Amino acid sequence: MSLPPVILQVFAGIYGLLTLASLVCYGISLKQRDVTELKQRIVSWWVMVSVILACFALGEGFTIAAIGVLSYLAFKEFVSIIPTRRTDHRPIFWAYIAIPIQFYWIYIGWYGMFIIFIPLYMMLFIPMRMVLIGNTKQFTVAASTINWLLLLTVFSLGHMAFLVQLPVNDSALPGLGLVLFLLLLTQFNDVAQFTFGKLFGKNKVLATVSPKKTIEGLLGGILATTLLAVLLAPLLTPLSLTYSICAGLLISLFGFIGDVSISAVKRDLGIKDAGSMIPGHGGVLDRVDSLIFTAPLFFHFIRYLHY
Amino acid sequence: MKNWLKVLFFALLVRPIVFFIIGLNVHHKKNLPAEGSAILAANHNSHLDTLVLMSLFPLKQLYRLRPVAAADYFMKNRWVRWFSLRVLNIIPLHRDGSIPKESLLSECHQALTDGDILILFPEGSRGKPEQLGEFKKGIFHLANAHPTAKVIPVFTYGLGKSLPKGEKLLVPFFSDVVIGSPLDQHNDSQTFMTALNQQMQQLAKQVNTGRILD
Repeated sequence: MSLPPVILQVFAGIYGLLTLASLVCYGISLKQRDVTELKQRIVSWWVMVSVILACFALGEGFTIAAIGVLSYLAFKEFVSIIPTRRTDHRPIFWAYIAIPIQFYWIYIGWYGMFIIFIPLYMMLFIPMRMVLIGNTKQFTVAASTINWLLLLTVFSLGHMAFLVQLPVNDSALPGLGLVLFLLLLTQFNDVAQFTFGKLFGKNKVLATVSPKKTIEGLLGGILATTLLAVLLAPLLTPLSLTYSICAGLLISLFGFIGDVSISAVKRDLGIKDAGSMIPGHGGVLDRVDSLIFTAPLFFHFIRYLHY
Repeated sequence: MKNWLKVLFFALLVRPIVFFIIGLNVHHKKNLPAEGSAILAANHNSHLDTLVLMSLFPLKQLYRLRPVAAADYFMKNRWVRWFSLRVLNIIPLHRDGSIPKESLLSECHQALTDGDILILFPEGSRGKPEQLGEFKKGIFHLANAHPTAKVIPVFTYGLGKSLPKGEKLLVPFFSDVVIGSPLDQHNDSQTFMTALNQQMQQLAKQVNTGRILD
């Protein structure tokens, strides 16, 4: 299938930004500074953006499946770093089985089932499976942990896939425009907060969780992301000016919350990165942490306003 | 024919499982021996260990890999025996005392002389999931007799969670494989074993994977 021209134009813009970033990185390297990690990070961005473009080009079903794979990887990474009980081998197996089922509901567009399957039925089913095994030691911790992981990595991220099922009423743009809007703003916000923090950061915010986060970075991110939201909303979404400002604020603020929430988990476990799948970024979880919060919030925001 | 089956089995089944379904974080891959005979000494927690270690090498190196495996388990019936010898190309180790101690490792010595890579689990058996057991000294005698063969300690973590002993259902957990640098030559077994154990403890510190609650 061919993508609408406006989506291709936004991708052209992203590639433009990446080219600029690569040139800046090259410029810094000329000053004999070590840019290995920055370079790795930028190369990974080129790869990730290209993978997203390829998924979009292959169609909506493929994009939903790809987000399913992303959820699988994030769940696997999370369940691998968090302490689990040996007796939870089979309950965790069922948690994995819930992933294709959840994405099947999304694929057929069954909203009611999509919205209750994990938070209600899996939440009941997993403790039931655990109690049949009979290990009561740390039962509460184990049941809560697995359900929480499913909620964060599969249910939350799945909202991004359900955006595909929301056709924009008054234009020919498919739900892919909404996915692109959410992804681009969330990731841009991460980069913007990081960059503003590096350039102007002085006053720490949430120092016990993430010592590198600063108020200057947070505010710079919110400003830049909201500005980008206002510029992109008319192209990719049906949002009005006021609501696109709200969307920008929502994504930038809760992107930050998602980021620090996963930082808190890693701090609790005493690890720096959740994995090493994406060079320069860490694991999948390190990359999608902010999306865990922004995806459901943006989804419901736009759904209640326009559908 | 023998090698063709092995390559197919690894390319189509083992590698997709190891690298996508389970997902492997490989640390210090450059420490793997590119040429010459070698002994990989790894901790043992899961049936997956052998397959994972064999997947680290390029397919064209597969024919040189010789996992040393317990005969009582890997030769227990004709089907398992055919698979172990023909596809995995194992060196059976008889733990039941049916073979005199002097000739127990003779096939291992031959493989090292031929320039092969031995995959050895010096703990002797799969221990409790994710716990390092005591290493047995057979590895010292092999290393001592083949001074040109590199001894490379490998620490794996997480595989015992994906497929623990006694469990038939594979549940994916990201796993870590940390490859150490080759061990120095030592003429007495005590020093050698201490050095090996110390390296393993060092490698164990580099993994990310979660603890077990009970």
